[in-house]
Amino acid sequence: MKMHYGFPIIIGLVIFIGALCAPFAMGTIVTKKYEEPKLVLPKGEKECIESKEYMRTNHMQLLNEWRDWALRDGERTYTNHAGKEFKISLQNTCMKCHNNKADFCDKCHTDAGVSPYCWDCHTQPEGLK
Amino acid sequence: MKNNRRNFIKLAGIAAAGLAVAPKAMASGGGHSPASVNKDAIHAKHWGMVIDTTKLNTEEAIAKLAKVCHSIHNVPTIPNNQDVKWLWADSYAHTFPEQENPHLAEEVHQRAYPLLCNHCEEPSCVRVCPTKATFKRADGIVAMDYHRCIGCRYCMAACPFGSRSFNWGEPREYLDLAKLNPEFPTRMRGVVEKCNFCVERLAVGKLPACVEASEGAIVFGDLTDPDSDVRKVLRERFTIRRKPTVGTEPSVYYII
Repeated sequence: MKMHYGFPIIIGLVIFIGALCAPFAMGTIVTKKYEEPKLVLPKGEKECIESKEYMRTNHMQLLNEWRDWALRDGERTYTNHAGKEFKISLQNTCMKCHNNKADFCDKCHTDAGVSPYCWDCHTQPEGLK
Repeated sequence: MKNNRRNFIKLAGIAAAGLAVAPKAMASGGGHSPASVNKDAIHAKHWGMVIDTTKLNTEEAIAKLAKVCHSIHNVPTIPNNQDVKWLWADSYAHTFPEQENPHLAEEVHQRAYPLLCNHCEEPSCVRVCPTKATFKRADGIVAMDYHRCIGCRYCMAACPFGSRSFNWGEPREYLDLAKLNPEFPTRMRGVVEKCNFCVERLAVGKLPACVEASEGAIVFGDLTDPDSDVRKVLRERFTIRRKPTVGTEPSVYYII
């Protein structure tokens, strides 16, 4: 059987499949090159309010809960799993240790492409310009 | 087992008893919330305020209190009709429009009256808020959750006292950024704001900033406690509230 216009069709198909797979290939290259952001951790303080792993995966839920407890329920003391108490406050607890938003929050948020709107109202410890 | 009426009623009874017990049994298994009220917080069943306008009645004195309030809460001063205010002064006619008469004592008529959110018992702003961004706390304070405010301004239309301000622009453009209170947030464009009876100060055992700065002209306390400072003053002095006919039952009282 003779294929009409066989050459351009095959070439076209190769280009099409190549273009279809390009993002995956490019993605793999980028992922291999990617380095985890280097956070500046607080000096003089070894432990966060919960374990590092918990904070890494759950800080957003925790912050949401903190917001509702403090603001809506008027409960401003947090007792962690070890029984230690903390004042529920982004500006007066979190950012007192993590005293640089650019070196801590922004590092991962920029890489992950998320822009939480905390700082529309809350003030970062570096101050506002 | 024979399916007769007697058996059915027995089973229904057991099921009903189970339904009554189940929620409690499930709740006790869930552990308790890690959040609790601060130990140093001061509590009331219903916070209220009495302002002695025989002592506090000049624009300057009220401006001084407003400055204290606005600086600790990062409230901007905007030099046009888009200004944001938590505490401000106005005339007798604007403060008590229903309680005016043509032969009012001249001195009373000429006083400046300090105004703020009345933290009403039946707050109309709370009723109209579509997102529950503004809500009444158990202690009577009408609070705002700026995270939820969508800027619809229904609350401003509902408030009979003009206690609410809308951020038409970015409030930070009108704040002295070097002098911000770093312990309190600012607001953003598109949200409504108002006096919060200093909930953040009550939570750490302090009285509201205006009460502290008023040198005794403002009394603050629990309206439900007959032995509280406010109730003592209310028993002894003649007081009025703003716009009684709208029925929102303000928690701010004025000694005339």
